[in-house]
Amino acid sequence: MKGSMLIDGQRVDFNGEKHILEVIRKAGIDLPTFCYHSELSIYGACRMCMVEDKWGGIMASCSTVPKDGMEIYTNTQKLKKHRKMILELILANHDRDCTVCEKTGRCILQELAIRFGIKKVRFDKDEKELPVDNSSVSIVRNPNKCILCGDCVRMCNEVQGVGALDFAYRGAKMQVTTAFNRPISNVNCVNCGQCRTVCPTGALVIKRDIDNAWEVLNDKNKFVIAQIAPAVRVAIGEEFGLEPGSVTMGKIVAALRRMGFNQVYDTSMAADLTVMEESREFAGCLQKGERLPLFTSCCPAWFKYAEQKFPELMEQVSTCLSPQQMFGAVIKEHFKTDREAEGRETVVISIMPCTAKKYEAARPENRNSGTRDVDMVITTQELAMMIKENGIMFNELEEEAVDMPFGLSSGAGVLFGASGGVAEAVLRHLCSDKTIGSLKNLAFAGTRGMEGVKEAEIELDGRKVTIAVVHGLKNAEALVKMIKAGEKQYDFVEVMACPGGCIGGAGQPVPQSAHIKKQRTKGIYNADSGSTIKRSEENPTIIALYEGILKDKHELLHRHELNKES
Amino acid sequence: MKVNNIEQFEKVAVAARKALENQEKRVFVCCGTGCVAAGSFGIYEELKRLVAEKGLLVDVVLEAEEKGIGIKKSGCQGLCQLGPLVRVEPFDYQYFRVDKQDCVEIIEKTLLQNQPVERLMYQSGSRVCHTPVEIPFYSEQTRLVLGQCGQIDCENIMEYIAKGGYTAAGKALLQMTPEQICDEISKSNLRGRGGGGYPAGRKWSQVLAQNSEVKYVVCNGDEGDPGAFMDGSVMDGNPHSVLEGMIIAGYACKASEGYIYVRAEYPLSVARLQLAVEQAREIGLLGENILGSGFSFDIKINKGAGAFVCGESSALTQSIEGERGMPRVKPPRTVEQGLWGKPTMLNNVETFANVPHIILKGAQWYRSIGPENSPGTKAFAITGNVNNTGLIEVPMGTLLKEVIFDIGGGINDGKKFKAVQIGGPSGGCLTETHMELPLDFDSLKKVGAMIGSGGLVVMDEDTCMVEVARFFMNFTQKESCGKCVPCREGTKRMLEILEGIVAGKGSLEDLDMLEELADTISSTALCGLGKTAPSPVISTLKYFRDEYLAHVVQKKCPTRNCKSLSSFVINEALCKGCSKCAKACPATAITGKVKEAFVINNRKCIKCGACVEACPFSAVEEV
Amino acid sequence: MLDKSKYPEVDGILAGYAYNRSALIAMLQEIQSAYNYLPEEVLEHISTEIDIPLSKIFSVATFYENFSLEPKGKYIIKICDGTACHVKKSIPILDTIKKELGLNSSKHTTDDFLFTLETVSCLGACGLAPVILVNGKVYAKMTPESALAVIKEIKENESK
Ligand SMILES: Cc1cc2nc3c(=O)[nH]c(=O)nc-3n(C[C@H](O)[C@H](O)[C@H](O)COP(=O)(O)O)c2cc1C
Ligand code: SF4
Ligand code: SF4
Ligand code: SF4
Ligand code: SF4
Ligand code: SF4
Ligand code: SF4
Ligand code: SF4
Ligand code: SF4
Ligand code: FES
Ligand code: FES
Ligand code: FES
Repeated sequence: MKGSMLIDGQRVDFNGEKHILEVIRKAGIDLPTFCYHSELSIYGACRMCMVEDKWGGIMASCSTVPKDGMEIYTNTQKLKKHRKMILELILANHDRDCTVCEKTGRCILQELAIRFGIKKVRFDKDEKELPVDNSSVSIVRNPNKCILCGDCVRMCNEVQGVGALDFAYRGAKMQVTTAFNRPISNVNCVNCGQCRTVCPTGALVIKRDIDNAWEVLNDKNKFVIAQIAPAVRVAIGEEFGLEPGSVTMGKIVAALRRMGFNQVYDTSMAADLTVMEESREFAGCLQKGERLPLFTSCCPAWFKYAEQKFPELMEQVSTCLSPQQMFGAVIKEHFKTDREAEGRETVVISIMPCTAKKYEAARPENRNSGTRDVDMVITTQELAMMIKENGIMFNELEEEAVDMPFGLSSGAGVLFGASGGVAEAVLRHLCSDKTIGSLKNLAFAGTRGMEGVKEAEIELDGRKVTIAVVHGLKNAEALVKMIKAGEKQYDFVEVMACPGGCIGGAGQPVPQSAHIKKQRTKGIYNADSGSTIKRSEENPTIIALYEGILKDKHELLHRHELNKES
Repeated sequence: MKVNNIEQFEKVAVAARKALENQEKRVFVCCGTGCVAAGSFGIYEELKRLVAEKGLLVDVVLEAEEKGIGIKKSGCQGLCQLGPLVRVEPFDYQYFRVDKQDCVEIIEKTLLQNQPVERLMYQSGSRVCHTPVEIPFYSEQTRLVLGQCGQIDCENIMEYIAKGGYTAAGKALLQMTPEQICDEISKSNLRGRGGGGYPAGRKWSQVLAQNSEVKYVVCNGDEGDPGAFMDGSVMDGNPHSVLEGMIIAGYACKASEGYIYVRAEYPLSVARLQLAVEQAREIGLLGENILGSGFSFDIKINKGAGAFVCGESSALTQSIEGERGMPRVKPPRTVEQGLWGKPTMLNNVETFANVPHIILKGAQWYRSIGPENSPGTKAFAITGNVNNTGLIEVPMGTLLKEVIFDIGGGINDGKKFKAVQIGGPSGGCLTETHMELPLDFDSLKKVGAMIGSGGLVVMDEDTCMVEVARFFMNFTQKESCGKCVPCREGTKRMLEILEGIVAGKGSLEDLDMLEELADTISSTALCGLGKTAPSPVISTLKYFRDEYLAHVVQKKCPTRNCKSLSSFVINEALCKGCSKCAKACPATAITGKVKEAFVINNRKCIKCGACVEACPFSAVEEV
Repeated sequence: MLDKSKYPEVDGILAGYAYNRSALIAMLQEIQSAYNYLPEEVLEHISTEIDIPLSKIFSVATFYENFSLEPKGKYIIKICDGTACHVKKSIPILDTIKKELGLNSSKHTTDDFLFTLETVSCLGACGLAPVILVNGKVYAKMTPESALAVIKEIKENESK
């Protein structure tokens, strides 16, 4: 629908906007909302977005369709009064311990309370304290801070199709919780953390590993190695006021060194290893015509989802470890003798865009040589906090290069940060045509972009290979069901749990609008363009590794003994 | 046996009429919820057994030739309070408070000798009323929707057909187009009886206009208003009238599936509807190609699971889909995207039950009943402190005083009228000053009340209006789905304040806060439950502000309902020092020496009132 | 895994609704009437059988008043506290029964699982207010005394 309307006396045209809230925002008015997210369904529960029409009628703008000739007021005295009352009602029932809240400074409730000048809450606080759920290694749920906006529920159900969280009870007793209030580590939650990216308050936050990190960084007996995932470099800048998509790898390296890391590497190097291994596996499958389609395994949220929901499919999920785990396994193996000689312990800390990586690193099978291959995972957002805590002026830092001997990586490895990246990197490797033109063709083959499901068809050595790239687990579920029903046929399927891939991971700065995700994705492709090595197999580090420690230790890179107990 | 066209149907109707006539006497045992509670099933069985013993029992079944007596279960006959009721045709004798022991006499006297059993009849002063028309409670009513409720066997489709049932459906399906039906309903100006009063014809036309292969008809039988049971009575008293209305509706909007959502507390309604649906299917009035019209329609019955909010249309459709009954934002409206996202015609039970009448007798006739803007009749459940409690039906626009005094028989125990709550927890109260108010959608809206579902709860002078407000707020608060902030958090706070006031902890600021909260909740809540939740508070604050003030300023409850605000003292002059009160007191708050006046320690007293009961000399007084 | 010997009827109930997820409420109603509450184990079984997240079943089960996740007593007493019954003094009846059975606002079932006490809003018998319901049977025009008599009778029958 097209037309124009008057918003606070200002004429605004609209064209296809579904709700007047969007038109109002287009007009430059930041109407407060808790329960509206453009990627989720309309819920209409917070009632903060109310506007008034010229007859004094009050309506929720997030759920009112624009009509030509409408006359809308967004800030009448009446509306302000109601908004303040609603805020006061929410705050009355809320743990208002902002100074010690994980969310402080990024909390929408706090921001609106400040904006509307709420100076007093005239109601008594409810006595009941609900237990905080600390059970997950990825996220923490504090129901006492939940304002029941339902954003997480819709995210977990509509986008991820997991349904670990839902409403329970009703009326004033309503809660957002797990089935039978079980600890979230004990239900089907896949640790993707997407719920926390939309939570407006401190009710869902990332599990904090900062303090543990400081501890090992200050321990003389520990040799601390960092690996930085591709997606981190295009997002962390947002925490320091930079544009989304700005590539800040060099600054991150510099910051980590100042914080006390002994060595700093790029996970993209391990991604190159993954490409090599997965390509070999895929080529084998193609040749034998078995285990097709082969599903990627590098997203731990997808991996857990598949284990739970489609156990019969696990056979077809690549046996390759994710880059993070390959890195950990290889690094620990490599430094084993040196460290033993020094009497120091190697500690690998990953800097990840991802909350599920915390879970992946903690999985019991991801241990070689007696300890965890990756000892700790710090998300992008946590890293930003650590940088701020130490007073490091991030924007002023001179860029620094990563360490050697594992310092080289290819552009293909960096691609892992965006949806479609794994598939494209594998194709780069498998494609026998190694010209620039072929790189360009692959870039346009269909694996890039923001659509939930992407399809590509490629000629590999005279055989047509069909590929699907999917992000968002709900999309993945639908795709798998179609594949199982025989409605779709593919040879290779890349699955990333987070919308947009890892650049949209739950460890990244929030908010994560579609626009911001696009910018970050652009950053990933820019980083690839700027790299001199394009293909994984051209990476000298990888070549050296295959000739060195990996020569007879291939098993370091693959999962074995899957779920033997069940 | 199945009817495949109208000729076959008419043959069945003729046969059914004949079978009915073969029952020279017909006994209707009221088996509405109230009378069942009073033991009417036992009476039914007993009568049946006794008549069968005499070899006189016959049923309304086709091809039956012998004549005899029919014993039937009917729906609510109206004056539930005097149940169990039994009515005998053709004399129309109406018996009240019938007991199993009375059955023999009814058979001997009435069925065999055509004589009334006067001791079971209604006494109006010295006059014995033989038939309902002689009883003021009935004579002042106009029974249309409830017309056959109590008059026919509610478990036998043949009887409904014998009395003209399903001819409206026949007419609609075979002689009218969907457009014509929508048009006729529009012209009749039938307004939704579920509370909102939205014109049914407009809704039907909107659904008809939707371009969709699949559409649904939904009948709202959730009737959550605590104190109303009209819809329940229609569903268990005349279930086929609801089915017929729905079939016509389905044809009118081109839907092929209907759902009836019945609240779980009405097991009788569920059972009778289920039976009615089966019988209608069997005879071919539901199913494929009804009466050879080419139109197919079937009905499913869903049982609620205990949530008032499921009466709200979008919550109701959610519930049918197996979800939490949380209302969703509109648009899209139910007519566009209702059940399973398809266009849905959702109406109230009583609305549907009006439809066959309109189709048969025409919009013109319908509009001759009641006022221009709210034509037709309205069923009310009149309860509370009134002499005649029960189910009534009057033309829209009947004056409040006629309902309460002429039909309801005035306040019981000679008490004074104080207020009547109309529209349940979403409605408001009407007072003495509203006696001349016509009961119709618009007049009530003008005074800030609403007809709602039609519950009328009459309250006498002993009722504390602050406590009434607290009661309703407690209800809505408990029934809030919890989705939107103003309703979930706001009603909780309003309740908290009201609880404080009746506990003697209120202040003047509390009254302002109540009004402030009421304003935000009613302006911003997502659905009707929240929007109307403050109504009882607002209307009692408006009409009974002095009672609120007495609670918060003088800390007194004028009607002495709020125990926390009263205290007990022993009148020294009357006390004989017998110590009975002290023994009765659970809080050991009373001390004294035998034969001297005892005293109550008000700090310890928990206001249980036991001492008042215990004192043989009425020396303990509540102040 | 569901212990089928403890819950023999479950699969039959699900099959009766063709494992259709939209019949969830009806399924839960049947489960509840078979076992008198909704056993956690059974809900888990339903979750896998009809492919609905367990959290959703929990969500629905806790929304509706009539579902119980805890076993109830053999006799379920419902005191009507609808408007009509309320103005006809239903609360004293409630209080009396509570006291008699040793129940309170957080404890609804007696330790011997003989009685569960609940309130309900209107049973559609308002004309006979105040009413109570015991296992589906309506008792009309109650007083605290007559309600106690009903309970006494049940107790006597049970101890026979
Ligand atoms: C909280 C709430 C409860 C309602 N309960 C009922 C009900 O029990 N029965 C009913 O027919 N309508 C009820 N309604 C009104 C319905 O939403 C709807 O308007 C009505 O069923 C439409 O039918 P009608 O147009 O025939 O009245 C309720 C509305 C709200 C907001
Ligand atoms: S969630 Fe927000 S408002 Fe609540 S304590 Fe944390 S920062 Fe403050
Ligand atoms: S804002 Fe006020 S309350 Fe908060 S930390 Fe500062 S001084 Fe303390
Ligand atoms: S982390 Fe992911 S799966 Fe777990 S509750 Fe949040 S959204 Fe759902
Ligand atoms: S946990 Fe957060 S996102 Fe979820 S409902 Fe509560 S406040 Fe909203
Ligand atoms: S898509 Fe990336 S960020 Fe998201 S869960 Fe998977 S690995 Fe983590
Ligand atoms: S107004 Fe109340 S019942 Fe309606 S949606 Fe909001 S919380 Fe639910
Ligand atoms: S009212 Fe009850 S507690 Fe108070 S003195 Fe009398 S018996 Fe004792
Ligand atoms: S029972 Fe009455 S007369 Fe006896 S001591 Fe108490 S107040 Fe006095
Ligand atoms: S944003 Fe509109 S109600 Fe929450
Ligand atoms: S139930 Fe028998 S008269 Fe109402
Ligand atoms: S209020 Fe109790 S039966 Fe209606």
